[in-house]
Amino acid sequence: MTELTDLGIAAIRDGVRAGDFSAREVAEAFNARVAGAKALNAFLVETPDHALAAADAADRARAAGEAPKPLAGVPIGMKDLFCTAGVPTTAASHILEGFTPTYESTVSQNLWDAGAGMLGKLNMDQFAMGSSNETSAFGNVISPWRRSDGGNAPLAPGGSSGGSSSAVSARLCPGATGTDTGGSIRQPAAFTGISGIKPTYGRCSRWGTIAFASSLDQAGPMARDVRDCAIMLEAMAGFDPKDATSLQLDVPRWEAGLSSDLKGKRVGIPKEYRVDGMPAAIETLWQQGVDWLRDAGAEIVEVSLPHTKYALPAYYIIAPAEASSNLARYDGVRYGQRDLPEGAGLQDMYAATRADGFGAEVKRRIMIGTYVLSAGFYDAYYTQAQKVRALIARDFEQAFERCDVLLAPTAPSAAFALGEKSADPIAMYLNDVFTVPSSLAGLPAMSVPGGLDAAGLPLGLQIIGRPLDEQGVLDAGLAIEERAGFAARPEAWW
Amino acid sequence: MSVDTSTVKKIASLARIAITEEDAARLAPELGNILHWIEQLGEVDTAGVEPMTAVIPNSLRLRDDVVNADPLTGGGIRDALMTNAPQAEHGFFTVPKVIE
Repeated sequence: MTELTDLGIAAIRDGVRAGDFSAREVAEAFNARVAGAKALNAFLVETPDHALAAADAADRARAAGEAPKPLAGVPIGMKDLFCTAGVPTTAASHILEGFTPTYESTVSQNLWDAGAGMLGKLNMDQFAMGSSNETSAFGNVISPWRRSDGGNAPLAPGGSSGGSSSAVSARLCPGATGTDTGGSIRQPAAFTGISGIKPTYGRCSRWGTIAFASSLDQAGPMARDVRDCAIMLEAMAGFDPKDATSLQLDVPRWEAGLSSDLKGKRVGIPKEYRVDGMPAAIETLWQQGVDWLRDAGAEIVEVSLPHTKYALPAYYIIAPAEASSNLARYDGVRYGQRDLPEGAGLQDMYAATRADGFGAEVKRRIMIGTYVLSAGFYDAYYTQAQKVRALIARDFEQAFERCDVLLAPTAPSAAFALGEKSADPIAMYLNDVFTVPSSLAGLPAMSVPGGLDAAGLPLGLQIIGRPLDEQGVLDAGLAIEERAGFAARPEAWW
Repeated sequence: MSVDTSTVKKIASLARIAITEEDAARLAPELGNILHWIEQLGEVDTAGVEPMTAVIPNSLRLRDDVVNADPLTGGGIRDALMTNAPQAEHGFFTVPKVIE
């Protein structure tokens, strides 16, 4: 018999509904799996009781003949960026050590209302700033994948949602929440051979999600396949009056609408995404993706996004600027750590608290943000970046006059080894070259696994859609998934 | 754009982050490199382009003008607000003396 932990969200949901197994059996199996995977460092907090309580509620409801909730019996992992009532939440930063929220984020509450349980809080890059999970104050997350060359170099699970990607690909949970500011769902999904979707900005409430760059931050699901992402996103999304940028729209029934028949659809191939030095395996996979979508009935057109090369520098003005403002709240007064040197005044307390509490990358970004917003530089940096952002969004608008979705690689390389890029911030930033433009434009985008490179590591394909067209993105993702037949999984060494 | 250590110290002070001389010496070239890299935006012709402040056209809503329109974000939750304070007394956040 298949192990319960090999099942995805849809299979667990359906199996619990049919009575093939109990929700409690599922929760116990995953709890044991989480407890046995400490070497991955994917979880910051384990919450087996939360998972069991939700499972027991699902089993009781079924015994009582009640209509099943959408995620009844499904345990998930929760990125530590989401505030969870009574469960420590740190955003993987020392400055929030000891912080236990008294309230629940809207996204996590939506998941619990849908019947899901929580296996634990997932490690991540500190304040979601990073592409490799090396900026966590609580140690690197290790990818469950290893190169097939026999070397055991620990690999990056991607970032910032690296605990989520590591846990889902290692089958520690069937799905996990992620957040995506410049690629933090899609790049880790690509690095670990799983699927992940960032919906249109405003679909998921940001309330109770620790803020990084508010005009970009968006939550989304990470799971093993496209259907599981659709199911989970339906539960996470929805209008929330507590978030001023929440979209007042009904949540479409994405799962029911799934169709991999792309007849009549046009897929755009952005020519500017062919960057110098792209590994041949990624080039080949991209072409393979084109062929798969053509096979699914789509027409392929070449499109141009002329301002693509300016997306990353614009992002590294806008995101740090917003971060420097958002992170001003960590001052040692209302929550989190306080560092009060002997005889220090209030200003010294702020400066000492923040120097001690924030990691190097967070401080670097706060300082960049402070600089670009400072008097005399504001227009040259920040206003110019916002104008370039408008041009990048216009590029997409014009491209979508000629096509329905765009196809591109998710990341410019397969997973790299931990430590390989951490000495050079810009080399690390370049990892997000294909994911940042759609983030700046607020578009829905997803990564699905396409194949393996020569070293046996997963590579992802990215689909970018029009605003609010998550369905088109999921459908194209499904068409790729069905044709890629990606079945590789990391062998358990942990 | 080259950044010197006195600029780094000024930014750190604006950002309320204590740094040492060694930190400033290390950060100066690091921040300089990043700023140099983002300065390529200067070559983009943005004449007549409005800066983008919101990605999805979405008009800001007004909530009903009532107390505690939403109990989670309304008032009357002082104790919940104080539970995570590093130091709190008598229902107030406490900080080092500010007025000499």
